[in-house]
Amino acid sequence: MGLMQADHSTGNQEPNVGEFIDKQKLTAPIKSAVDKFALLPEFLKVRGLVKQHLDSFNYFVNIGIKKIVRANDRIVSTVDPGIYLRFKDVRIGTPSVMVDTISEQLSPHMCRLSDMTYAAPIMVNVEYIQGSHDQKTRVEKNDVVIGRMPIMLRSRSCVLYGKDEAELARLGECPLDPGGYFVIKGTEKVILIQEQLSKNRIIIDTDKKGNINASVTSSTEATKSKTVIQMEKEKIYLCLNQFAKKIPIMVVIKAMGMESDQEVVQMLGRDPRYGALLLPSIEECSGLNIYTQQKALEYLEGKVKMSTYASYSSGKENRALGILRDVFVANVPVHKNNFRPKCIYVAVMLRRMMEAMLNKDALDDKDYVGNKRLELSGQLISLLFEDLFKTMITEVQRTIDNVLTKQNRSSRFDLSQYLVRDSITNGLERTLSTGNFDVKRFKMHRKGMTQVLVRLSFIASLGHMTRVSPQFEKSRKVSGPRALQPSQWGMLCPCDTPEGEACGLVKNLALMTHVTTDEEEGPLISLCYCLGVEDLELLSGEELHSPNSFLVIFNGLILGKHRRPQHFATAMRKLRRAGKVGEFVSVFVNEKQCTVYIASDGGRVCRPLVIADKGVSRIKEHHMKELLDGVRTFDDFIREGLIEYLDVNEENNSLIALYEAEATAETTHIEIEPFTILGVIAGLIPFPHHNQSPRNTYQCAMGKQAMGNIAYNQLFRMDSLLYLLVYPQRPLLTTRTIELVGYDKLGAGQNATVAVMSYSGYDIEDAIVMNKASLDRGFGRCIVMKKYSDTINYKYENGAADRILRPPRTEERERVLDDDGLAAPGEIIRPGDIYINKESPVETRGQLKSAAALADIKYRPNRSTFKGPEGESCVVDRVALSSDRNNNLSIKFIIRHTRRPELGDKFSSRHGQKGVCGTIVQQEDFPFSERGICPDLIMNPHGFPSRMTVGKMIELLGGKAGVSCGRFHYGSAFGEPSGHADTVEAISETLVNHRFSYNGKDFIYSGITGCPLQAYIFMGPIYYQKLKHMVLDKMHARGSGPRVMLTRQPTEGRARNGGLRVGEMERDCLIAYGASMLLYERLMLSSDPFEVQVCRVCGLLGYYNQKLRTGICSTCKNGDNISTMKLPYACKLLIQELQSMNVVPRLKLAEA
Amino acid sequence: MSKQENTENKKFSIWDLPDVPMGQLPPHLQLQRTRVVCKADAPIHTDNIIYSGAYASMGIDNSVHLGSFRDNFKVEVIRLTKDDMEFDMIGIDAAIANSFRRILISELPTMAIEKVLIANNTSLIQDEVLSHRLGLIPISADPRLFEYLSANDTPNEKNTIVFKLHVRCKRGEPRRTVYSEELKWLPNGSEFIKESEKVDTKPSTYTSFTCSQDSLQNSSSKPIGPAEDKIILAKLGPGQEIELEAHAVKGIGKTHAKWSPVATAWYRMLPEVVLLEDVEDETAEELKKKCPVNVFDIEDIGNGKKRATVARPRACTLCRECIRGEEWDKRVALRRVKDHFIFTIESAGALPPEVLFPEAVKILEDKCERVITELS
Repeated sequence: MGLMQADHSTGNQEPNVGEFIDKQKLTAPIKSAVDKFALLPEFLKVRGLVKQHLDSFNYFVNIGIKKIVRANDRIVSTVDPGIYLRFKDVRIGTPSVMVDTISEQLSPHMCRLSDMTYAAPIMVNVEYIQGSHDQKTRVEKNDVVIGRMPIMLRSRSCVLYGKDEAELARLGECPLDPGGYFVIKGTEKVILIQEQLSKNRIIIDTDKKGNINASVTSSTEATKSKTVIQMEKEKIYLCLNQFAKKIPIMVVIKAMGMESDQEVVQMLGRDPRYGALLLPSIEECSGLNIYTQQKALEYLEGKVKMSTYASYSSGKENRALGILRDVFVANVPVHKNNFRPKCIYVAVMLRRMMEAMLNKDALDDKDYVGNKRLELSGQLISLLFEDLFKTMITEVQRTIDNVLTKQNRSSRFDLSQYLVRDSITNGLERTLSTGNFDVKRFKMHRKGMTQVLVRLSFIASLGHMTRVSPQFEKSRKVSGPRALQPSQWGMLCPCDTPEGEACGLVKNLALMTHVTTDEEEGPLISLCYCLGVEDLELLSGEELHSPNSFLVIFNGLILGKHRRPQHFATAMRKLRRAGKVGEFVSVFVNEKQCTVYIASDGGRVCRPLVIADKGVSRIKEHHMKELLDGVRTFDDFIREGLIEYLDVNEENNSLIALYEAEATAETTHIEIEPFTILGVIAGLIPFPHHNQSPRNTYQCAMGKQAMGNIAYNQLFRMDSLLYLLVYPQRPLLTTRTIELVGYDKLGAGQNATVAVMSYSGYDIEDAIVMNKASLDRGFGRCIVMKKYSDTINYKYENGAADRILRPPRTEERERVLDDDGLAAPGEIIRPGDIYINKESPVETRGQLKSAAALADIKYRPNRSTFKGPEGESCVVDRVALSSDRNNNLSIKFIIRHTRRPELGDKFSSRHGQKGVCGTIVQQEDFPFSERGICPDLIMNPHGFPSRMTVGKMIELLGGKAGVSCGRFHYGSAFGEPSGHADTVEAISETLVNHRFSYNGKDFIYSGITGCPLQAYIFMGPIYYQKLKHMVLDKMHARGSGPRVMLTRQPTEGRARNGGLRVGEMERDCLIAYGASMLLYERLMLSSDPFEVQVCRVCGLLGYYNQKLRTGICSTCKNGDNISTMKLPYACKLLIQELQSMNVVPRLKLAEA
Repeated sequence: MSKQENTENKKFSIWDLPDVPMGQLPPHLQLQRTRVVCKADAPIHTDNIIYSGAYASMGIDNSVHLGSFRDNFKVEVIRLTKDDMEFDMIGIDAAIANSFRRILISELPTMAIEKVLIANNTSLIQDEVLSHRLGLIPISADPRLFEYLSANDTPNEKNTIVFKLHVRCKRGEPRRTVYSEELKWLPNGSEFIKESEKVDTKPSTYTSFTCSQDSLQNSSSKPIGPAEDKIILAKLGPGQEIELEAHAVKGIGKTHAKWSPVATAWYRMLPEVVLLEDVEDETAEELKKKCPVNVFDIEDIGNGKKRATVARPRACTLCRECIRGEEWDKRVALRRVKDHFIFTIESAGALPPEVLFPEAVKILEDKCERVITELS
């Protein structure tokens, strides 16, 4: 009923909207609703799903690496400054590997299979001085390889770049795979997107005590520092790492040469309130008797931390000034000791602090997405590379100095030969494979930056690459950063976040999000000045906060003032739309702060929007037609100023209409499609806007565990664990996102006919009842492939080698072996079967032996036996031979196991409704409909009321309509108004036309009694996913079994066939109940009973003498007073361990 | 009702009243007994009243009599095609109709591939999956000619049918699809030689046929083989090959759905659509338009008036459109006749549907006999 009502309400609204438009149409220019959806596939075609990673890496390869090398382009010998090496150019070649001095082309799939790193040589052009002393010649050398750079798949330098489907197939690559990851030593590694607070921006915040502070995290090429200005007890202080104590801010200002208090007050503005707030600080400064720059510097000198800033101790100028120049708000450059820009910057910081004090609304929100930057793989690799490159330079410098100081060298001195080092290659490879970024130069110590790409399902790997990981520690119990921020709209997916400790911290990008890369600053700065920004140098302090003009801040740098900020912003935007400045430059007018912010830095999130003039979309029918005809691309839309990218800050200056029809005269932009606010994974849910929101979040977590196809090349990959569905299907109820990402080609589930009814009582607590005939016919059947690998060591220390023998075929367990001593593909393998008939030499250490000695070396069998589920038959699927890094033979076996669903296997629909299989029922017992339809599974109706997954009901209706009319129905999020989701009314009409009831409920006969059921049953197809949790992998029971050596207690865990523990709480229950004999049995007899000899006299443990057949006390040296008793072995162990520590526990025995 | 008024008079019996028909249930009870009434929200009176003394107080015997059953029971075949049959079964209890359905689905034996000996499979499809697909192919062979293969039996000509599949996609050729028609029947049993320990003994195969199965086949019936020719088994890329032998044995659908002789078998109760009041003019038009399967017609009753009539109640699929909306449930009643079953059998292809049903009856008969012998 609720559903019907909802339908009515939407039905009623629509005509109202229509009337509203009609009124508008009289006044507004004529507009037509253009279906802008076609832009989306085009957008994704141009940019791909992981465009942020690719763009970032491409930026690094094309520009970033060159910048780094240009900044450190010289190696000069300290011994002979005339000898130098200069890097002229750097580039990254095509991925290749050196095999015996021959370079061989690499493809990513080759690397995956043979555990190699997909890397390309870093080639430099160098110019250097050859020879020394008298005969120096300048030599140029091109294409010197200085290391190997791991290459991101599908990036510009990857061999897959720009390849079509057929070419990709030839390279063994899946065309639907988005790339964006690296292949390091055969494993696929993703560098997670890191979320950080903006660099070089003033952020006003309060600390734990409620003190207001302004902080700037400065980051320049040279230094990284954090400056905090804090208000404490009405006085303002500076906190900087380099100073041991807090410094009064006035002292700092004075030290920078602004000695007059009046000027400082002037710079804060005319308003006496600001002056009053500064007064205590000024008083404190004068209390310290500091009036001049000299005095201030002397004061600071005393506060400098001694050890940390050693490098500045040398040199004539004092350290304090150096710190103020290079560390204190390091993002503001100081030219020729002109501290004025820095003073102004500090004044702006103070002013903003004071504004926040007078008005709490002026505080910045740290969780606001506009104050955040996403750090991508390109930036992280560039940091890493810079560090390694500098390390290499110093290393080379040291070696050439060593060589040059050495007397009478024999060979001619050639500088370039010292350049070739493995340090860069190894450093990059190690960091990417461990994920531990340890860059001392930038004080970066982060763990877990890279992760192995999840290949559980296609969608899981996609989701992994859009994941944004936080910088905060997860244990913090604050709710602020976890809450959904309104500014996340369209940038970060509101649904996709894990449950539990990382909830709300780990996020995912939305479908259309783009993350910017750095852009050249110089031209933009001069452009700003051209557009009428008045330079700060020309302004007096008073004018800094004059009310009639706005400050212009470019990437956190104060450029100057502008009298007509709106005019300036419009001009900048016009230039951007015309393509004269980069499309990702953002212009944001902050009316409250009287500031215009211009940003061109990397890591901002932004998204494309359609530009509207006075509420009329710039995109017209003919544009879309041209797009569909293929004459126009997405980039053309941007180039012609029809679409632009807005970042979170600039969104605040715009009024964005969801639909063209809703646009008013003030509207500046129109959304392309509302469902793009969801990410890739949440986009799979049909009708998510009808669900209770946590359900969508649950589905986002579960969609990643669903089995299906993972890639087109799934059977040629050697994953260590792979779950596949035998007959995956494409969902009957699709969404646009599904089509865009290719989930319809690599599905992970099956369309099951579901009857929502109670049946048999085995369906309580979300359990589902399954139809045995459906399972017989292949529903939910899956393949589990596991990798078993072994290496054949070809060279031990003494030159001996492992060998594989042809099996003698005498034993049953050699059955699966082929003549080559390896299990043959296609053989059925059972637990205990040998799959490699390997023998290893008995002696492997010692000196290298001669060939003759090796011939008659002794071998021992070292066979690998298969340990799999008992009673199940697995099959050897594939055997792959390759050589590993040490040139040893590595053999990989893929062993496959086909499973049909059984009791307890986990299934889930796409609405966060998971359930285990409760029972499997014969088809004849299943209910059937008037047309003979028999459901595949039965779901209990109690799953609905508390979960409120109305979307699932609509999916059922839509699926039912879909199968009856032969058209895939759509259920995109918020898609009803734009036609990307079918309405319930339309679906119901289709159902009626195909002779079903409009509400999807059928007249059902019981399969057991043959009579009709006393209710109409809601029945239809729902897309069900089989999740990877299966009973076979989990079930465990044990009678007697292995024990731990030390304590003689049963082992722990399923893998070791361990016992089921009677834990502390279970024990307490038994104690409370008084079941002492049960306790005695469980805790001792079934665990570790041990017979001990106890001396009644001394109370210590004795031993049993087998010859005399009596117990003897070793302390009393006799066997007179020995009693035999049972004790847990662990207790005996404790007694003995205490004795070993000179603690004597004595047992006092009494008659029981 | 009138009965309630009379309860005060203890000596009075309602059967003494003149307007109570003797030997017949009052109409509302009769309706309850013989019809399922499909209301808008839920069907009511779905159960059968089985207890023989249910209406004893009214002097009505509710027990089943063989004689009356024999007189009233009727079967009418409505449609019969190669693998599809629809027939009416009138005058029978739902339980018995249901048992026919259940037996058809799960207890009628057929032949299906149970064992697959794979000599070579270089195709993309896994051995188990290929075997599973082979198993689901309906085999057109009369299961009555075969015996069950029990665990310690040797496969012989009486219990096993052997098929061979040997397909190859040569290098340089385009990809090809393997269809079920490529399964070749081997009337002489398996051709694969068993690897045996003793070298000198006569090579034995995986079956021990004493004679060819050719004789089993009469010229009239379909040759033994897959019931459908164009079932896709696998797809082969260039250079791939499948060589296998498939052994079909007799079994029942209860063990595995592949032995089920029917795609499905089901019944529905005969729909009865009743107009509770005269539906005229616009409402009649509306009613006619409402029904997606044209159950209603409109007849002229003179004076330019029109009246709706129920023309094709059998077509009713119970979409309940005609009783949707206010007031409509007072005009139209949807009912099902409890002892009239429209039975549909969709054969999977092993046996024609008209053979399947008598077979099912035979099995039920056997079961009844077994019960009788157990009891006596």
